[in-house]
Order: sequence, then C-alpha cells, then structure tokens
Amino acid sequence: MSETALDPKTAPKFQTAAKTLLRDSQLRKNVRHATNVIQAKRARVVGEMPDWQELRESGRQIRNHTLRHLDFYLEQFERNCQAGGGVVHWARDAEEARQIVVRLVKESGAEGGSPTEVIKIKSMTTEEIQLNRALEAAGVHAYETDLAELIIQLGHDQPSHIVVPALHKNRAQIREIFRREMNLPELGGSPEDLADAARRFLREKFLRVKTAVSGANFLVAETGGVCIVESEGNGRMCLTLPETLIAVAGIDKVIPRYQDLEVMLQLLPRSATGERMNPYNSIWTGVDKAGADGPRSFHIVLMDNARTEILADEESRQTLQCIRCGACQNACPVYQQTGGHAYGSVYAGPIGAILTPQLMEMHHAQSLPYASSLCGACYEVCPVKINIPEVLIHLRHKVVQQQSSGLNILANPEVMALKAAGAIFRSEPLFRASQKLGRVAELPLSRKDSEGNGWIDWMPGMLGGWTQVRDLQLMPKQTFREWFDEREKAKSDREIATSRKAENNGH
Amino acid sequence: MRVSLFITCYNDTLFPESGKAVVRVLERLGHTVDFPAGQTCCGQMHWNTGYQEEGYPLLRRFVEQFRNSEAVVSPSTSCVAMMRDHYPLMAERLKDARLEAEVAALLPRVWEFSEFLTKKLGLEDVGAYYPHRVTYHASCHGLRSLHVGDGPMRLLRAVRGIDLVELEGLEQCCGFGGTFAIKNAEVSSAMLTDKVRAVLNTRAEAVTGCDNSCLMHIGGALHRQRTGVRPVHLAEILAGEEGNTL
Repeated sequence: MSETALDPKTAPKFQTAAKTLLRDSQLRKNVRHATNVIQAKRARVVGEMPDWQELRESGRQIRNHTLRHLDFYLEQFERNCQAGGGVVHWARDAEEARQIVVRLVKESGAEGGSPTEVIKIKSMTTEEIQLNRALEAAGVHAYETDLAELIIQLGHDQPSHIVVPALHKNRAQIREIFRREMNLPELGGSPEDLADAARRFLREKFLRVKTAVSGANFLVAETGGVCIVESEGNGRMCLTLPETLIAVAGIDKVIPRYQDLEVMLQLLPRSATGERMNPYNSIWTGVDKAGADGPRSFHIVLMDNARTEILADEESRQTLQCIRCGACQNACPVYQQTGGHAYGSVYAGPIGAILTPQLMEMHHAQSLPYASSLCGACYEVCPVKINIPEVLIHLRHKVVQQQSSGLNILANPEVMALKAAGAIFRSEPLFRASQKLGRVAELPLSRKDSEGNGWIDWMPGMLGGWTQVRDLQLMPKQTFREWFDEREKAKSDREIATSRKAENNGH
Repeated sequence: MRVSLFITCYNDTLFPESGKAVVRVLERLGHTVDFPAGQTCCGQMHWNTGYQEEGYPLLRRFVEQFRNSEAVVSPSTSCVAMMRDHYPLMAERLKDARLEAEVAALLPRVWEFSEFLTKKLGLEDVGAYYPHRVTYHASCHGLRSLHVGDGPMRLLRAVRGIDLVELEGLEQCCGFGGTFAIKNAEVSSAMLTDKVRAVLNTRAEAVTGCDNSCLMHIGGALHRQRTGVRPVHLAEILAGEEGNTL
C-alpha cells in the first residue's frame, strides 16, 4: 500500500522501490494472477481477429498522422466542441489544469452543480496531475466512482495499473477496506456482496452530487465529440446525471474522424480488458441545448503538460500514440514481478517507463528507462505499435548523456567501465590482451566447485548484483580466437609439410 | 558455401566450445568456415545501455570485417538482433551514405546459427546424436526480433537419441537483459527464479538455447543452487555424433 501520492519528482529509484515490493508476496501473487487472467482473455479475443495486424497498423497510422498535424486537429476539435455548446480551456501544465478545474467546480454552483463535491470517472490524466489533492485543498471532496478507483481511494492507496488500478488487491483485502471504510462490519466476501456494498455507497453520490469530473479516451476533431469507454456504467452515471461536467484530457487524445473510432474501439477493449467491446461506450458532443438531457454545461480542459516536448523529439514522439490500454503492463515480466507502484508514477509498466521520464522532461525518473530487460513483449502486444524497447534505448542514451557530461564521468564507475570497454572493442589487439588479462584478474575470486571447476560466487561493487543469486564460471584457458588461430596454423603447417613431401618426392 | 563466423565477444571469451561446435556442424555439412581476425563486438551492450557513441565504431568495424563475406553466421540471437534492429538506423544517423548502402547489402547475408540452418539451408536434420533429456529456452531476441519461431525446436526434434521436453512459459524472459541483470538485480533475480523453476519442472539434464547470454544467466542460478542441470548451446547439441558427443 502506498499512502503517499505517486510523484516522479519525489519517488525513490525504481530498483529501490522494487526491492521493497518484491518482499510483498501477497502483492506479487495478486499482480501475477490478475495480469495472467487479463493476458489470457486478450490472447483469446485478439486471436479470433484475422486482421489484427492490419488493425494495429491502421491504429498506428491514425495516431501518427494525428500527432504530425496535432495543431490542426486540436483547433478543429475546439471549434466543433464549442459549436456543440462545450467550453474549451487550454492548460499549459498540471498547475494550470488544476487551477482551471478548481475554479470551474467552484463556479458550477451557479449552474445547479455542487461547488464542494464532485463525482469522478476513472481518469489517469487527473491522477497524473494529482487533481484530487488540489480539489481537497480547495475544499472540494472528490468521490471516485470507478470500482477500482473507489477501492484505491477508500484504501488510501495509489493506482498500480492504468486500466485496472486496484489489480494489486485481492477480494479479501477489498472486503477489509469496505468493512472498515464503509462501516459494514457484517459485510460478506462474495463478489455480489462487494458489488452491492459499492453500489449502495456510490448510488447515493450519483443522485446527490451535481458536478462531475472525467477524463477522455478520445477527442474526435471532426465532430467535437468526446468518447469514454468503461465496464461498469458508473461512468455513464457521471456523464448523464450531473448538471456540470468537466473533462480533463491530454492534447494527445485527439483523433481526426468519427470513423477512426471504428479502428480504435476494436483495438482498445480487446487490448485492455480482453473484451470484444466495452460494455459502456459514451460519445457526447457539447450539451443538449434544449436542456432536456445530460449536463447543462460541459467544459473540457486540454492539457499539454510536457506533451509538446515529447512531440518535438523525433525518436520518442511515438510515445504519444498510446491509447492507455495497459496491454504492455500485463505482458511485461518486470511489471509482473513488482506491480505498478515501483514505477513511482501513475503510469507504470513499459509505457510508464517511457512516458514518465519524458513528462518530467528527463529531470526525474531517470531510473525508469532501465526498468526493462528489453524483452520486447510490450511492443508485441501494443495495439498502436509503439516500439517501446527502441524508445527505452533512446531515453537511456539521454540519461547517459547527462551522466557523462563534464566531471560527472569521474564520479560514475559505470560510465568509466563502459567507456573503457568501448575502447577495448575498438582494437582487436587490445581486446585479445584484455581477454588474457581477464583470466588472471578473475583468479582471486575463483572458488572450486565439487566437480573441481572454477566459479565465481562473489563480485565487488555493482557487479555484485550478478552474484546475488548467480554464479559465474571462470573464463576457459583458451578463447575461441586462440583456438581458431591454432587450428589454422596446424592446418597450414600440415599443408606445408605435405607440399614439401611432394616436392621431395618429385626430386 | 564459405561461411564467415562472427563469434561475438562473450562467446569468444567465455564460451569457445559453442564456437567450436558451430564450426564442427558447418564443416560436417560441407561448408568452409573462416574467421575474420579483426572482429570484436557488435556493440549491443553499449547501444542498449545508452552508450550510443561507443556503438558506432563497432558498427563500422563489423562492416569492415564482413563486407566481403558470402554468409555471416553468429551463434547469438541478441547480437544478430542488434544488427538487424539497429544497424540500418545507426548508419542513417551517421549520415554516411556509403555505410548505409553497405549495411543494407550485408545484413541479408547475416544469419543467426539456427536460422542459417533452417531458413538459409532449409535443414532440420543435421545428423546429430545427443542421448540426453533436454529442454529449450527461447531467447526474447530470437523470438521477437529474429522470429526464429519453432526453428530451433525442429532442429532439436531431428536429433537422434534426444529426449526433448517443452519448457513452460517458453515466451517469458529469463531476466538477463544485459546490464539489466546488474542494474535491476533484484527484479532480474525474481524473473530468473521463475525460469529456473520451469527448467527444473521439466526434469531435464540440460537446458539449451540459441544465446549463451541467457544460458549463462540461467546456468549461473542452476549452478548456485547445485541443481546439476547444465546449460548447453544448441550448436553443441547439434555437433554431437554417435561415438563423439560433446
């Protein structure tokens, strides 16, 4: 459980946080179980699509095209949203976005909304900017209505997955949270019991609170429409019952045409929850001007928060293609071991490892690009074909550039070691000499095993990471190239001998 | 065919037996093997760890050493993946049109050992004999970059005397990831523990694969735990012959 907000500015390094989490056997069991279940469901519904690879390519092209013309599509969205009666706000960063939302909530009282309470739809963007804290500080209480987000909120916890934020909790733990926080000492432990408790708890909020805050899955430039998909229907409640609706979306969420949803709404649910279609797909444009249905006022906050910085980087701008399905998290063997909190950000897993440092403009979260074995499982499942390993490597380069600037190089044994290795590989004679030297240098660390072979079971400094759970065998007496040289020499000696013999015989 | 062997830096230094086995298999199949003497490293460790500047000269060195080769064979999936996935991009970034053209011309002739046998030569049975219980670990780069698919398994199935058992969680990374194993030692160890459990569940005597880096990682834990299970490169199994197994 993580009481403090996941803030990349203050979070410990990935390896430090991971170390603690790896000791939590319950958490690891929960994460593994949940990710395995979702992965199996995803594999089933993806496997039944004969054109899945073509769909992925379409998804990639739609997202890539949009990003290349983002200014155009954002302004088109703004015009069309306004024409539908929506109010568009632009936020440069998290602080501006928070201020706008707080102000809009306060003002919503005048339009029949609730100036001191909001109901919320699950939204990672509002988690990214820690909106609830800002609302709380301004005297506004936010009720999370997504079941998983409710569990997180009541458990004073933090989301560990972008689609299934409470995946690190099992049913027994959720029951304990509900019993304690909803004051239900007699609460049973069946899924029905828990769903019933959540339903009773939330329904009262849906009927009472008249201001809602949401995120957005897609912004349709062509129509000015906003699309939200969800599984529970609680989002639909928030979108229809209140008088004021405030959506917060990153500027990367826009897509050009309504028709593009045909691709996106196939890719997203199958990748995210292993469903053919989301149970609830809401698309709305502005407000009902007749006032008969839905909120009377609709605001959308379009937030940059470092996204244009990411867009400016040719190598890593594909990060913004992300449609937040979480498939990479489920597929990641690193995430499967640690869960999401180790990433120190609401964006965990492979996508978090590339998105978070970039949202921080590389000032924080520098350990994240290294939180991957580059196994490529994330790229394989990504519905919009983000080459996450490629971006990870690109970001590692940025980190190394920072670490090797000026005098930093001398303080960093890794930089020194890799620079030295680079010099060795640039020269074959030097490489050969180093191999020889290595055979001598390793001897003090050698121990004989029961078969009489030399092994190393302890190494100093950062190399000690290896010998935590692994032995390292000694270098053999002869390298391959030495063997090959010897063989070639023996061969040519033989040939010379044979030809001499032939010559002698000739005389 | 005249095959140029790119042994890779770590096979050269730590696993010469795998290289010898590659030579033995290729020569048994009637090919000649040469070894361009100036070769060192493909640059993977530097490139993947973020030391891009150290990677570029190694790309140039590789091209210089192998530009005239008829076919280049390397017993490492990750090194071949390094070349296929990154060399064209690296050459492009160096803005060296000649190098770019040379890379483009050379890469189609570069093969990982198992795919050279299955894809280039179209072979499954290479006349090997290996009377042991063996399980196969699919390295991530072989699986997801080179798409070797079940090629190595088909080669193994054709080995006489072998008792081949499938590994559960075949597509799961062993947790090596180069410097990842050191930088994130705890997480890497946790991933390795899962892999070792799967290997032990097969009751195999040996775990094989197409990449000694993964095998060194898995083998390091198998040795630490005194399991008696040994890592063996695929080439060493395929080099086995009746009356002369390795």
